[in-house]
Amino acid sequence: MAKLTVDDQDYDVADGNNLLHACLSIGLDLPYFCWHPCMGSVGACRQCAVKQYADENDERGRVVMACMTPASDGARISINDKQAKDFRAGVIELLMTNHPHDCPVCEEGGECHLQDMTEMSGHTTRTYDEQKRTHNNQYLGPLINHEMNRCISCYRCVRYYKDYAGGRDLDAMGAHHHVYFGRHTDGVLESPFAGNLVEVCPTGVFTDKTFSAHYSRKWDLQTSPSVCQHCAAGCNITPGERYGTLKRITNRYNADVNGYFLCDRGRFGYGFVNSDDRVTQPLARETINHADNTNSDTAIQCSTENSLTRLTQALKDPATIAIGSPRASLESNFALQSAVGESRFYRGIAPSEDTTINTLLKFQQSSCVNSASQRTIESCDAVLILGEDLTHTSPRTALSLRQTVRQRARELADEARIPFWQDAAVRELAQQEKSPLFIINTHKGDLDDIAENTYFNSPQKIARLGFAIAEQLRDKSGALSASLTPEEKEMCSTIVNALSQAKRPLIIAGASLLNEDVLNSALDVIKSLHINREEVIQAHLVVPEVNSIGLAMLTQSSAERSLSEALKQIESGAAKRLVVLENDLYQRVNPEKLDAALEKLDEIIVIDHVWHNGMAKADLIIPAASFAEGDGTVVSSEGRAQRFFATFPVNADNSSANDSWQWVNQALDNRWKNFDAIVNACAESNDLLAPIADLAPPADYRQHGLKVPRMSHRYSGRTALSANINVSEVKQPADPQTALGFTMEGSNVNAPGPLRNTAWAPGWNSNQSIHKFQDEVGGPLTGGSSGLCLFGSAESNELEFGVPSEQTSNADFSAIPFYHIFGSDELSNFAAPIAERSPQAYLALNPLDAAQLDLTQGDGATLRFENLQQVFSLTVVIRPELIRGLVGLPIGLGGLTRHLLEHSPLLEKNLAWQRVPSGRDQNVIATDQSIGLSEGLVP
Amino acid sequence: MLSQLRTLWTVLQHTFTKADTVEYPDVMPYLPPRYRARIVLTRDPDGEERCVACNLCAAACPVDCIALQKTEDDEGRWYPEWFRINFSRCVVCGLCEEACPTHAIQLTPDFEYCEYNRQNMVYEKEDLLISGTGKYHDYNFYRIAGKAISGKDKGQARNEEQPINIKSLLP
Repeated sequence: MAKLTVDDQDYDVADGNNLLHACLSIGLDLPYFCWHPCMGSVGACRQCAVKQYADENDERGRVVMACMTPASDGARISINDKQAKDFRAGVIELLMTNHPHDCPVCEEGGECHLQDMTEMSGHTTRTYDEQKRTHNNQYLGPLINHEMNRCISCYRCVRYYKDYAGGRDLDAMGAHHHVYFGRHTDGVLESPFAGNLVEVCPTGVFTDKTFSAHYSRKWDLQTSPSVCQHCAAGCNITPGERYGTLKRITNRYNADVNGYFLCDRGRFGYGFVNSDDRVTQPLARETINHADNTNSDTAIQCSTENSLTRLTQALKDPATIAIGSPRASLESNFALQSAVGESRFYRGIAPSEDTTINTLLKFQQSSCVNSASQRTIESCDAVLILGEDLTHTSPRTALSLRQTVRQRARELADEARIPFWQDAAVRELAQQEKSPLFIINTHKGDLDDIAENTYFNSPQKIARLGFAIAEQLRDKSGALSASLTPEEKEMCSTIVNALSQAKRPLIIAGASLLNEDVLNSALDVIKSLHINREEVIQAHLVVPEVNSIGLAMLTQSSAERSLSEALKQIESGAAKRLVVLENDLYQRVNPEKLDAALEKLDEIIVIDHVWHNGMAKADLIIPAASFAEGDGTVVSSEGRAQRFFATFPVNADNSSANDSWQWVNQALDNRWKNFDAIVNACAESNDLLAPIADLAPPADYRQHGLKVPRMSHRYSGRTALSANINVSEVKQPADPQTALGFTMEGSNVNAPGPLRNTAWAPGWNSNQSIHKFQDEVGGPLTGGSSGLCLFGSAESNELEFGVPSEQTSNADFSAIPFYHIFGSDELSNFAAPIAERSPQAYLALNPLDAAQLDLTQGDGATLRFENLQQVFSLTVVIRPELIRGLVGLPIGLGGLTRHLLEHSPLLEKNLAWQRVPSGRDQNVIATDQSIGLSEGLVP
Repeated sequence: MLSQLRTLWTVLQHTFTKADTVEYPDVMPYLPPRYRARIVLTRDPDGEERCVACNLCAAACPVDCIALQKTEDDEGRWYPEWFRINFSRCVVCGLCEEACPTHAIQLTPDFEYCEYNRQNMVYEKEDLLISGTGKYHDYNFYRIAGKAISGKDKGQARNEEQPINIKSLLP
């Protein structure tokens, strides 16, 4: 602790920080622009000037930049000193000389850091009457809007985009007051984290294009604390709604998980909630007899009562089986599981995925491993990634890893006694020095540029290399290592050295390759490292979907519960009826087998919120609430259980959609009284899930007798919103399930962390106000973070892993999955801008394999699979790093689903293929081409 | 006694003074242009809608009787997709007019908009939008703001230089 005197008031502040950090942490208002808690200080904007005094007797003092001055013990400063205040007012007046006077037509208006700081500095009247410099805007893609006139040249965007997120196509151009922040030419911002520019930019240069399309001001949005549903990273989000439309997603700060940043899939992938493909009414299949004696089926609207009766009958029938879903909440899965009983509840994931996730879950509970949060990941200093293309399977983790490799810079800065927040100095010092990061995968990924070494091979070879590393970590002279090639041997020993010398090594693996051996090898590395170092090893094991871990935990006691088991039940005739919960089975198993099985059933009931193939065969479709209209708990890959709350009431547009668990609950004659009751029942049913009862305050929680409001205190238009329908205002909908209300009454200022939806403080209307709710800037939230980690029981569950033998397959090719941040996720694809960003379906081949088949880049190939009828016509993308015999298939694009990977692909040239005409700008720089290639675009 | 007589006298005197009441509606009262009554949405001197859907009027409204939705034309000009005022709630305080950064929303002296059916007091954009400029004849927000719209590119607003050539290093 250091003693700091600000305006003759004494404070205790943390050591080693700068004055700005210290002042904000103790709750004082001090304007700033270029500083960011995640990006440190560069002193570019000159806005945080304060007066510093040499000692108690010094009365003159000197103006210093608070962000560039260490808060040394005994420092005496003044924020309110006249000279410092005048300095700040002068700076803001200069910054504003070119500002374009367009706040009314700016998406940032009302949550603008520049507006706040201008007010705070007291610059209220414009005196500059000269010409303003102007800039042309650029087209930056379907997600982000560019309005350069609003720029104040704080450099935050390029510091975030290039230095923090590793992007290569945004930069500062020009000189003096002409400085321009943009791309070398119009074009889509390549980085999948570009969306954070919207929140990083203190003014309205970068704004959310999808939000602008149905814009409402920040104060008019109804918001709730929520969790992103598009991968298993579990990022905290704040969805905002108005007029029954989900308008945008913003970051919700959680120190341990996403911090200040989200990925673009999470931020812009919300379109499915507003989609025309939403199911809003129960639909039943009816057969119509036509005059010419033919029959056809049609879907007719079914009343809520009828559909409930049918659901009740189905759930009571002993010949009914139910299939849960890794994208549905724990509560919904639990409700269905208890309705039909554990023996008739299936997990709804393919067997290959099922085994990997179960192994992973068992391993996470052993004492040798700690599931690393994003914050922990950033503090590690040597990383091994085995079989994960993180940018596309767990994007937020990839962003964290870019900070992890800066541990080396931190060490160097410590040696040179430079505080780490001195960003420019530390980067200058470290240059290209990075902590070791090793990537072992089947193909190149976006993190390769920060990796010390990469290795690409087939899944079998990857697994063998993994086991060899594990073996070397245990004892240096293994038999397995002898079978490696010299290149592999060198890689192996470098990794072993790096992992054993590191202060805090981290292993990242996961279920993405759908290959048990690869995962086992990674787990063996962790185990061996644990034995080698005699400490708990940090690991992050990635699973594919938002609640994959939760579903696995819920059904851990029952072993064989994958989809193929469910299909066996149906095929054998043991099951007559099927209830499917929020799951498109056609994405997961062989559609031909599935079709045949579903034909045998008497009744199929599907509960889901968006239309998908799995509904075509249903006899009854029941509309479910999406994450924006329902409450629930999900468990992230880290094992962190987090609660999400409905943003707006489900009956906003006369839809009869309801939480899936509520449908089941009503069919069970209200077995659980309310949401808390089902959460508690779920927690009691399973030791692993016990902590979820304490995730958030119960529904009867009140602050000063009031619920925590979802609307801001400035929410406008209440007496006009629905006046076109009826001039008499309707009562605000009640929320009996949670401690949040669909109301303006009350205050969220002192709300506990899990219930806090947005941050606002007087004078701080922008998202920067979050520091008013942190114990220390960049630290945990006051009132507690949301989420509890469910792993970490000290159960010593030692798993043994068998080394796979070197298999020789007769097939020419084997398929491996390629994932895409835009395109591989089922739900986000409903959002038009995400669909626009996703590449066309393709297949990736080694150049030699392609040559053998007489294929070149952009040619068409016909893809068949052994024992399958499906035929795909795909464009060929040549990937030189891909090993011969592997075919990369982009999962989720063009109907390519995970189950295809279980079959051997058969390839031939498609002579009828017509190349897609190239519309690409010829004047591209290298980064466009390399990224275009990695995203599988046709050149 | 004297008091009663004095009262009678005063009353009698008033018989000969001029009446303060007017024979409304036969005689219309004079209302100054800045009298606050029915709200209108005006157009700029070029005949385009002035409202840019900034939502400030809705935020300022103490009875929350204004609701609107922003939309945008192909050239980036903002305007309200729909704009609704519930006059049955409106207290004609004029704060919306004060908040409006574009002089779009204005209060007029027309107070005669009573209805028998309260539902008819809900005015939509078609009911609110007039074809004139209202009290402020010359103001055109987009001629001043640095946002490019159709017919006014970057550098053509008031006090603006031509856009910077970012490839140039000249001072």
